[in-house]
Amino acid sequence: MRTSSLGLFRPGDSPVHRMPAGWKLLILLVLGVASVLTQHWWGVSAALLVATIGSYRAAGFGVGVLWAQVRPLWFLLGFTAVVQVITVGWQRAVGVSGSIVVLVAVAALVTLTTPTSALVDTVVRLARPLAPLHVDPERLGLFLMVGVRCVPLVADLARQVREAQIARRATTSTRAFVVPLVVRSLREADALGEALVARGVDD
Amino acid sequence: MFNMLLPVTDNTVSDNTVTEGSPNRAPATGAAMTAPGARRFEARDIAVIAVFAAITAALGLLPAIYLPISPVPITAQTFGVILAGAVIGGRRAFASQLLFLALVAIGLPILAGGRGGIGVFASPTVGFLIAFPIVAGLIGWATRAVGAPYRIVPGLVINTAFGIGLTYLFGWTGMLATTHLGPRAAFVALAPFLIGDAVKVVLATATAKGVHASYPGLLSRRRPHGAGPHPA
Amino acid sequence: MRIELERVTHTFGEGSTARTVLRDLTLTLTERRIGVIGHNGSGKSTFLRLLNALVLPTSGRVRVDGLDTARDAKELRRRIGFLFTDPDAQIIMPTVAEDVAFGLRRSGLSRSEVDRRVRDLLVRFRLDGHADHPAHLLSGGQKQLLALASVLITEPLALVMDEPTTLLDLRNAAMIGRVVANLDETVLLATHHLELLEGFERVLVFHEGRVVADAAPEVAIAAYRDLMGREP
Repeated sequence: MRTSSLGLFRPGDSPVHRMPAGWKLLILLVLGVASVLTQHWWGVSAALLVATIGSYRAAGFGVGVLWAQVRPLWFLLGFTAVVQVITVGWQRAVGVSGSIVVLVAVAALVTLTTPTSALVDTVVRLARPLAPLHVDPERLGLFLMVGVRCVPLVADLARQVREAQIARRATTSTRAFVVPLVVRSLREADALGEALVARGVDD
Repeated sequence: MFNMLLPVTDNTVSDNTVTEGSPNRAPATGAAMTAPGARRFEARDIAVIAVFAAITAALGLLPAIYLPISPVPITAQTFGVILAGAVIGGRRAFASQLLFLALVAIGLPILAGGRGGIGVFASPTVGFLIAFPIVAGLIGWATRAVGAPYRIVPGLVINTAFGIGLTYLFGWTGMLATTHLGPRAAFVALAPFLIGDAVKVVLATATAKGVHASYPGLLSRRRPHGAGPHPA
Repeated sequence: MRIELERVTHTFGEGSTARTVLRDLTLTLTERRIGVIGHNGSGKSTFLRLLNALVLPTSGRVRVDGLDTARDAKELRRRIGFLFTDPDAQIIMPTVAEDVAFGLRRSGLSRSEVDRRVRDLLVRFRLDGHADHPAHLLSGGQKQLLALASVLITEPLALVMDEPTTLLDLRNAAMIGRVVANLDETVLLATHHLELLEGFERVLVFHEGRVVADAAPEVAIAAYRDLMGREP
């Protein structure tokens, strides 16, 4: 998977872009729960797949964008589908693979059409009633934001460590990869923590 | 689940925090102890927690291996869970893996195989996912209890007990709940992964040892100089 | 702005690993442009961090406009912004505009007022074309501009900058230098790019935790070169 696709919001003015983030999350939630059932009904999976392609169109994205979201999964899906066609029949294969593609594609569509801050704002708003339980919604939002920020940061460190490892021809050792990755991440966390303090997070 | 991520907070007196450790750095303003248990993560802890959530994500980017006999993939992701516990202590490790799950839930495709979104919590691997924060937290708590220096043998015992024992208990329960497999069949489906996970536990323990050697002070309450950036 | 250091000593670590990085420093600074130079490890960074209460003195007192850094950190950080060496580590939010807006999240300003201020700053630093782009995809120079914009949004009276050009190429370093020269705010700048100190009122030379020269730029830089010449 290309890390640059993480949290990659593409601004636009389509109906999908304008839909409130809360609704998008709700749809995602319903699809997630429904996927347990749709795995058994291949027709529903296929219909949802068509609806998903339609949603991408409505958001102003072509099939190419959809494919880019699903591409990291093609090997896994293809493999699972082949096994299922052989063992339990093609209907189940369409049902299972189809619902996975739908979920991944719709989750990606939410990310593509919603600024991450809008998603986090929604979570913060949903968490507001929990304030009496000692949940600070603002703090929760901050956790999510910094988490979203750190994923590409650490992925980039991983790439650098990997390059250094290849340059030193220590290409096979997992430990030679993970130890420097974790140590550099800890140092990065120190710098980031200091920046958070300087920007008034603890105040 | 989020109230556990944020054990405390008092909006009106947000200055009351307790540092996880860093005597040489300025503590949060007016670092005063509130009631026991009522502790807020301060900014520096948030950074460490977020970075370890991201490490678990980064390890999930390594290609997952699927075996046809079971729907559960072999991934390096659980490596990150054990490491978080063995490196940053229970409280922060628990929060980091919970944050990881929250990031998955809001749709980042960071679960092994590029999966993400709320849907994954309906999949057969849900038990393993729920185990992430609990296992990381317990490993962290036990590792701190043993204390510095980090040693291989106690590390192996702790990481095996929680990283394999408890993880499989959760994973097995999750499979029973989401598939039509019986208890025995679910166990048989998971058994092949024990070999991979045993290797992972050994590697994670050796890695933790290496990290503690390169970045001393993580196991003590107080962090010595040399750990932080730009010490001069 | 009046900055006073009163017999400030700072020691990292304790026992056998203790290292004193600032020794008995007494200073009063009132100038609008103050440069800080010295080798890596000379105490520059720690000195700058004292001013923003990121580091508290082990002994002695630091006061800014009468505010004690040990007690009034919150108010102090409102008056003094801090720019770090590595822009990657200080960008918190995923996109450019969101990161600039971060400092105003609890300001009580309306959404439209926040948007207006963010836009003004982005236009000023020619980042308006990148407002919705992921911050981590900007070039190094643009990232440092973004970091500066994110600090300026809260309208601090002074800016403390810790080697903001060290990771940049010459062209971007010169660009940041021009931007800094045009700031209305008080600036304390630590740098190895000595040409950035042109037009500064006062330059401090740090060596082994002490200020060994304190003068106008030409004199201080000559003393610094002299110091380098005397070392093996």
